[in-house]
Amino acid sequence: MATTDVMERPAKRLSAPATKRVLPGFGLSLGISLFFISLVLLLPISGLFIRAAGMGWEQFWFVITDPRVVASYKVTALAALAASLFNCVFGLLMAWVLVRYEFPGKRLLDAIMDLPFALPTAVAGITLATLFAENGWYGQYLADLGIEVAFTPLGIVVAMAFTSVPFVVRTVQPVLEEMAPEDEEAAMSLGASDMTVFRKILFPTLWPAVVTGGALSFARSLGEYGAVIFIAGNSPYISEVISLMIFVRLEEYDFPAASAIAAVVMTVSLLLLLAINVWQGRYLKRLHGG
Amino acid sequence: MSIEIQGINKFFDKFQALHDINLTIPDGQLTALLGPSGSGKTTLLRIIAGLETPEEGRIRFSGRDVTDLHVRDRRVGFVFQHYALFRHMTVAENVAFGLNVLPRKERPGKPEIRKRVKDLLEMVQLEHLADRYPAQLSGGQKQRIALARAMAMRPEILLLDEPFGALDAKVRKDLRRWLRSLHDELHFTSVFVTHDQEEALELSDQVVVMSNGRIEQVDTPLELYGRPDSRFVFEFLGQVNVLSGRIGDGVMRQGDAWIRLPEGCENDDAQLYLRPHEVRLTQAASDQAHLPFRIEAINLIGAEVRIELKPDGWECEELWEVGISHTEFNARQPQRGDRCFAVPDVGHLFCEHAAEPKTLEWR
Repeated sequence: MATTDVMERPAKRLSAPATKRVLPGFGLSLGISLFFISLVLLLPISGLFIRAAGMGWEQFWFVITDPRVVASYKVTALAALAASLFNCVFGLLMAWVLVRYEFPGKRLLDAIMDLPFALPTAVAGITLATLFAENGWYGQYLADLGIEVAFTPLGIVVAMAFTSVPFVVRTVQPVLEEMAPEDEEAAMSLGASDMTVFRKILFPTLWPAVVTGGALSFARSLGEYGAVIFIAGNSPYISEVISLMIFVRLEEYDFPAASAIAAVVMTVSLLLLLAINVWQGRYLKRLHGG
Repeated sequence: MSIEIQGINKFFDKFQALHDINLTIPDGQLTALLGPSGSGKTTLLRIIAGLETPEEGRIRFSGRDVTDLHVRDRRVGFVFQHYALFRHMTVAENVAFGLNVLPRKERPGKPEIRKRVKDLLEMVQLEHLADRYPAQLSGGQKQRIALARAMAMRPEILLLDEPFGALDAKVRKDLRRWLRSLHDELHFTSVFVTHDQEEALELSDQVVVMSNGRIEQVDTPLELYGRPDSRFVFEFLGQVNVLSGRIGDGVMRQGDAWIRLPEGCENDDAQLYLRPHEVRLTQAASDQAHLPFRIEAINLIGAEVRIELKPDGWECEELWEVGISHTEFNARQPQRGDRCFAVPDVGHLFCEHAAEPKTLEWR
């Protein structure tokens, strides 16, 4: 690994000034990071793929295209999409409120925003299921309106949205904080209405952050297990999520099949995050020059 | 369009940023709001623009009360210190912004907008940068684009908040001249904020000096420099030499130093203020003044040789500074540590018990 770089003596550095870096510790810090990532991330993931690869292409395809599994892909993807879209709107609103206004309890609200991350997801799931059950606090009123949340796909959306909303809030918040009020003032002095200022000045600056937050929220939702299973109802073809399918295969001691499905989820998440990163890099480069 | 400012008071929480400001800014002139930071000059400019609301007082544009009018309806051009260009838009889109957000009925057609943008970019001599993004421009270019953007709406009032503050000295000077010629050509009413006295004196028709939320003096640059109303204005507008002392029988004394004053000076505690060019240096004391010094430092850079003087046998808060020509310097060759005497030609006397300063001449 990068340890050779670490061992380099200062004298050697001086003799080759062309490669000298201003910031010290590049070799050491990158080495440690890569080592750690390999240990806790890359190695287990490779294990997953090797496990899945052991079963042969045909069987792999058979496992991942099983109708019940395919149905769960659809349920998971649609629910995650709905949840992350909801979070884009709600998270933006939350971040806006937290940055733009002063009010008592602002710090508390800011802290509460992270609660979905801190709470064990199973606790969140059980709480949501209780609240939205037909006789629960929210459920009874929603039932009057003919809306069923608990034990339906809608419940999955609620659980996913709950557990992943901090992603959007926390990515949008710093961007909003850094935004200079002058841009808005300049736009207003040129005659722009409040709506125009939001559409043409604020949103173009905010939207990369919203998309990133949304994508993180989506990726997290794809894999959400604890919060979802308690409220989903888990009826086959209707409200089974993909992580539940993996768990079911594990319970059947069918490790290769579980790995195969996990590999699919993994690949999709990775591609999504990579695409977002590349796109955002280009957009920001235009904004900041370089 | 003239601007009338009447009885403006502005508070930020408990801090009073402006105290009862009354001011008229004449039509078609270039007015500078000059003052140290925290003097309230930017707040006043933002109130004129409608970006801040005063607690009391009225703002009128040529008699029309605009106090309660929103910034977007005041139709003033505003230029920010840090440009405030829209980073996600090209230069051309930035300049066209004001035109593009007009209500559909008033908005000119696309070809017309394109032509206007082209003309504006020609005016600021940057038409070749139309498709660039702000991040690709230098500071001076950004500020010119910001100016073109503000001018796109053909405002009759242009407000500039420290427009050259973020630029380096050379660009600053170019842009200053260019703004002056643009103003002379187009004759809008402009107000700009600055803390740079040289900039204010060079660029404007009228200077408003402010400190601690109050107006100290309003005058033309020439009057302001020649006849400052207060110690603050005197000290703020360039280098000043001060002699504090007591007047008795027409002579002002402090320690070994004394000056014979022209007639009509009451006995009082007083300060005599002198500009560096209002003082001559001699080798011997004269019969009208005895101000002994030791030469502390000599600065050869610039049109004049500046000599810093430390009082010898008396005291002052800051060193005196006197300018002599290079010819005189070469003829006399003064050295650090030499003893010499200052002789005033013109001075400004601030007495403790008189409201107005008095200008004295010895020639």
